[in-house]
Amino acid sequence: MILSVNGLKFKYPGRRVLQDIDFSVEKGDCLAILGTNGVGKSTLLKCINRILKPQSGAVYIQEDEIFKLSRNELAQKVGYVAQKHESARLTVFDAVLLGRKPYIKWDASPKDMEVTRRVLKLMELEDYSLRYLDELSGGELQKVVIARALAQEPNILLLDEPTSNLDLKNQVEVIAIIKKVVKEQQIAAIVTMHDINLAIRFADKFIFLKNGTIFEAGGVEIITPENIEKVYSVPVAVEKFNNIPVVLPL
Amino acid sequence: MKQEVSAITNSHQTGLYQQYTGRKKFVILLLALLTAALSVIAINAGSMNVSPYQVFMTLFGQRSGISDVVIWNIRLPRVLAGIIAGAGLSVAGCVMQNNLRNPLASPSTLGISNAAAFGANIAIIVFGAGSVQSSSADAVIINNPYAVTASAFVWAMVGTLVILLLARLRGFSPEAMVLAGVAIGSLFSAGTILIQYFAQDVQVAAVVFWTFGDLGRASWKEVAIMASLVILSIAYFMLKRWDYNALDTGEETARGLGVNVEKVRLEGMFVASLITAVTVSFLGIIGFIGLVGPQIIRRIIGADHRFLIPGSALMGALLLLSSDTLARTVIAPVVLPVGAITSFLGAPLFLYLLARGYQKR
Repeated sequence: MILSVNGLKFKYPGRRVLQDIDFSVEKGDCLAILGTNGVGKSTLLKCINRILKPQSGAVYIQEDEIFKLSRNELAQKVGYVAQKHESARLTVFDAVLLGRKPYIKWDASPKDMEVTRRVLKLMELEDYSLRYLDELSGGELQKVVIARALAQEPNILLLDEPTSNLDLKNQVEVIAIIKKVVKEQQIAAIVTMHDINLAIRFADKFIFLKNGTIFEAGGVEIITPENIEKVYSVPVAVEKFNNIPVVLPL
Repeated sequence: MKQEVSAITNSHQTGLYQQYTGRKKFVILLLALLTAALSVIAINAGSMNVSPYQVFMTLFGQRSGISDVVIWNIRLPRVLAGIIAGAGLSVAGCVMQNNLRNPLASPSTLGISNAAAFGANIAIIVFGAGSVQSSSADAVIINNPYAVTASAFVWAMVGTLVILLLARLRGFSPEAMVLAGVAIGSLFSAGTILIQYFAQDVQVAAVVFWTFGDLGRASWKEVAIMASLVILSIAYFMLKRWDYNALDTGEETARGLGVNVEKVRLEGMFVASLITAVTVSFLGIIGFIGLVGPQIIRRIIGADHRFLIPGSALMGALLLLSSDTLARTVIAPVVLPVGAITSFLGAPLFLYLLARGYQKR
C-alpha cells in the first residue's frame, strides 16, 4: 500500500465539502476521481498534499503520516499538478528544474540537471527547453507542469485535470506517458477528470464522489449507466468498443 | 547508434543551456564592471580635482595630503553608500515584488518610507532635533542626526510590523499585505502633515531637507552598518532563490514543491523592510530605485532569481551611483537631491524598456 486515506473530513467555514473519505492506493495504480463540478475532487487532492488541512482524518504515504513530514519531505514523495497554472518569465528548462527543488540544498546538482533533461525528453519538450513559459500555448504549459511534477521523482502523482488544455493527440500521449511512468517505477497516480472516457483509457481504479463523500469505488466494472446517472444526473449508455467501455450521453 | 544520437542531442542541449545561463552571467559581470568603472569616475568628480591615478593610489594605500582626506573621508564613503544603498533598495524591491506577486511593490510604495519620514518629523519637530543655521552653506542643519536616524528607524519598523501583523490575520495573502502597506503609508503621511501643520517654518524646512535623500550623510560608520546588513540580506535572499522561483509559478504549486509559503513571505518581507528602514533612516528617502531596479533587470535577463537577485543589486547600485554622480556634477558646486535625479534617470530608461517589451533570448 502506497497511500491510504482514513476518515478524511474537510469543510470551509460554513460549508461541508468532504466527509468520511476512506480509500487506499497500491503501487502501480492509476486512480481516477470522478464527480460533478464542485463536489470536492480538487479539495481531496489538496488535502492529500497538505495544501489544505482537513478537520479530521489521516493520510498515510507508505508508513508516514503526512502531518509528521516537513513540507520538503512531503514534496519528495508527492508531485502535485494544480488545475490552474501561472506562467512566469522562466524558461521551460528552469521550470522543470524547479521540480528538483525539494532535493536542492544550495545549487542544482549534476543529478538534478540529468533528471530534468530526462523528463524533458520523456515529455517531448526538448525543443522548447529554452522558450519562456509566457510564450507557450496552454497545452505546452500543461505538459511543462506535468514534467515538473515528474522531475520531483515522487511516489505519488496528484494531477488535477491534467488533460483539460490538451488536444486529442497530446491527451492520449500524456496519459500514456503518465501510465508508463506509474507502471515502470511502481508509483501511483491520482487524477481528477471530467472526461469519463479518457478516465477509462487511463485508470484501473475509479472513485465516484457525490455530495462530498465516496458514492462508489472500484475497478472499471463500476462504470455503469446506473452509477453515472446517479452521480451526474444525466442518462447515459455504456457500450463496449474493442472491449473498452464507452460512455455515451443519451 | 540510437544511443549515440541521443547522447549527442543531450550534450547539445547541455551546451545550449550553458550558453543561455552564460549570457545572464555575462550581463551581471558587465554590470559589476560598469559599477566599478563608475565608482572611479565618481570618486574623481567634484570640486577638488583629483586625477584617476591619485584615486587608485589612495585606494591602494599610497595616501598623501589633502587628496587623501577628500577621497578617503568624503568621496569614498559617499560612493560606497550609493552602491550599498542602491543594491539594498533594489534587491529589497525585487524580493517584495516576488513575495507579494505585484510588480508595483517596492520599499516606497509599501509605506515603509512614509513611516520613516514620520519618525524623522517626530524627532525634528516634536523633540527639536533640527534647527536653522543661516550663515552656513546649507541653510538647514539637523543638530542631532542620531536622534533623527533612530526615530526614523523605529517608526519604519513599527510600520513594517503593523503591516505584517495585519497581513497575518489574512494568512499573509499578498493582497492583504499590499493594501495594508498602502493604508499604513497614507496613515503615516497624514500624521506627517498634521505634525508639520503645527510646526514652525524652520522646523518644516529642516524636515523637508531631511526627506530629500542625500548620500553625503553617510560616514564610514553608517557605510559599515549598511554594508553588513545588505551583504547578509543578499546572502539570505540567495539562499531562498529557489523558493522565490517556485512562488513565481503560483502559491499552490510552490507548496507542492515543498515551499513553506507563509514563512518564506514573512521572512522575505521582514528582511526587505529592514534594509529599507536602515537605508532611509541613514540617507533619507530615495524613491524609485526599489521599484525600477528589479524591473529593468527582469526585462533584460528574465525572472530567474538565481540571476535576478544579484542582477537587481548591481542595477540598483549602478542607478543610484550614476544618479548621485550626476547630482553632484550637473550644476556643480550645487548638489541636487539624489532622490529626484534617480527618477529623472530611471523613469525614461524604464519607460523605454517597458515600450520595447521583454528581450528575446
